[in-house]
Amino acid sequence: MTKPPRPRNWLKDIQSAYDTVVIGSGLAGMTSANLLAKLGHKVLLAEHHYNLGGMATWFKRKGGHIMDISLHGFPCGMIKTLRKYWSKDISNRVIQLKNVRFDNPQFSINTSFDKIDFTHILKERFGILREVIDEFFQTARGMNFYDDIVMTTRELFEKFFPGRTDVWRFLMEPITYANGSTLDDPAITYGIVFSNFMDKGVFTYQGGTDHLIKEMKKELLKNGVDIRTHCMVEKIYVEDKTVQGVRINGQDISCKSVVSNSNIVTTIEQLVGEENFDPEYIKDVKNVRLNNSSCQVYMGIKKGEKIPHVGDLLFSSEADEYCTEKILSKDITSRTFSFYYPEIRPGTDRYSIVSSTNARYKDWANLSEKEYLHDKHHLEQTTLDALDTYVPGIRKKIDHVEASTPNTFKRYTLHPSGTSFGTKFEGLQVSRDLPKQIKGLFHAGSVGIIMSGWLGAANYGVIVANETDKFLRELSPSLVTV
Amino acid sequence: MTIDEVRQIILNILEDIAPDEDISSIDDNTKLRDQIDLDSMDFLDIVMELRKRFNIEVPEKDYEHLATLAGCITYLQPLLKDRLAAS
Repeated sequence: MTKPPRPRNWLKDIQSAYDTVVIGSGLAGMTSANLLAKLGHKVLLAEHHYNLGGMATWFKRKGGHIMDISLHGFPCGMIKTLRKYWSKDISNRVIQLKNVRFDNPQFSINTSFDKIDFTHILKERFGILREVIDEFFQTARGMNFYDDIVMTTRELFEKFFPGRTDVWRFLMEPITYANGSTLDDPAITYGIVFSNFMDKGVFTYQGGTDHLIKEMKKELLKNGVDIRTHCMVEKIYVEDKTVQGVRINGQDISCKSVVSNSNIVTTIEQLVGEENFDPEYIKDVKNVRLNNSSCQVYMGIKKGEKIPHVGDLLFSSEADEYCTEKILSKDITSRTFSFYYPEIRPGTDRYSIVSSTNARYKDWANLSEKEYLHDKHHLEQTTLDALDTYVPGIRKKIDHVEASTPNTFKRYTLHPSGTSFGTKFEGLQVSRDLPKQIKGLFHAGSVGIIMSGWLGAANYGVIVANETDKFLRELSPSLVTV
Repeated sequence: MTIDEVRQIILNILEDIAPDEDISSIDDNTKLRDQIDLDSMDFLDIVMELRKRFNIEVPEKDYEHLATLAGCITYLQPLLKDRLAAS
């Protein structure tokens, strides 16, 4: 007679104390963990899911399909970030996506998505004066996150391109795809992210998300990070406004510091508890608006089937103009198609296409199961209809299609309302002020629109690791690593 | 540590942070940012390296002293003068 298998103890051989516990393994959490370990600290990385990566993730399906969630594309700054805080081998795999396409009732354009090409298009296609274009780029480039935040992106566009909704759309649609921001967010969030892309264009990682995360895991282990998947951090213990430890899967573990890569609001309200903070600070926390969520449709091309090169990223829309309300609405026609050709995973001959749209959690959260399945099916079918324009006969070429909704993002990331881009701008200040409230408590993750996306999240992980390192060294001044 | 040794330490750090740049041609009195491709994250790396190697904490208000190589030397030499060069 065989006994039923005992549930595996994911905390087997765990240490009783760590310098830092990192909660969550998104790119911010992993980058913080890696850097802190390299700086000589004893780090535990706890992830509730079975894979590392957070939103930098993938899944496999029958028929040899691998679907990437957020691989395409990031700014070239990621090359440097990967080289400095990960490894040269990882950074060497970054490649450019050269064919970015727009197709909507206002215009149809192909671009390499960099400053030179954008300048050319704005001048030749949209008839904007060279001086205006140069000044716009300079203004966007000169924006700092400590600047005046009163001006919105809409006002910025109105100032440079009054009434030119076609230009607004050209400038805005890709950034909405990249970080969920809209015309009504502070112009600096637009300026910083747009300039990062315009620097050299859009990039991706050759090998796919699964390869990247596997390589990062190797680095983390090499640098001595104790990685634990299936481990849910349930509580951050605080005494006298100082971090004492955490509870993971029901077990208490002490630590001098915590870097939470969990959502900022969840960290404060659920993991620590409001009673541990100043009431004034909690007021600010209550005012933090979560960013929107997403829907995606994943389409796997049959083995042996090919699709022509129709672009790497395609911003497609049937809407007359760019409009924030329409972008978030459920009957959206504005979709971003990411095309994954075999070059993304050298050695394979497989293609996949992922369609992304912005979405509101409330539109999906309260449906009956029947309604939910119906709406998901509708999303898949309307997406295939739209894609058929660019890849005729797409239904015959695929043998897998499935959709994810804000509910899906919530389930896997545990983010409130399934937010796929963290918080709006005000979340950044709340995240920055966290260590002033509780000694040893830090937050690194998608906040404030600027610290979002792969590059924003990874760099924020570095900024916060620097502060955590400073905190730990003040506790133990003798610690010198050579 | 002598001024020359401090200078060498800063150059070593810069070389690690910006391996593709020609560090030997850096002019002491021109802003580092105007000579090599350094962004705000790179300056953060300099601060982290100084803490890691020498336990020196550069507060944010003093970052401006790190703008040029000469500035770095003037700022860091008093903090490093009693240390021996790395053996």
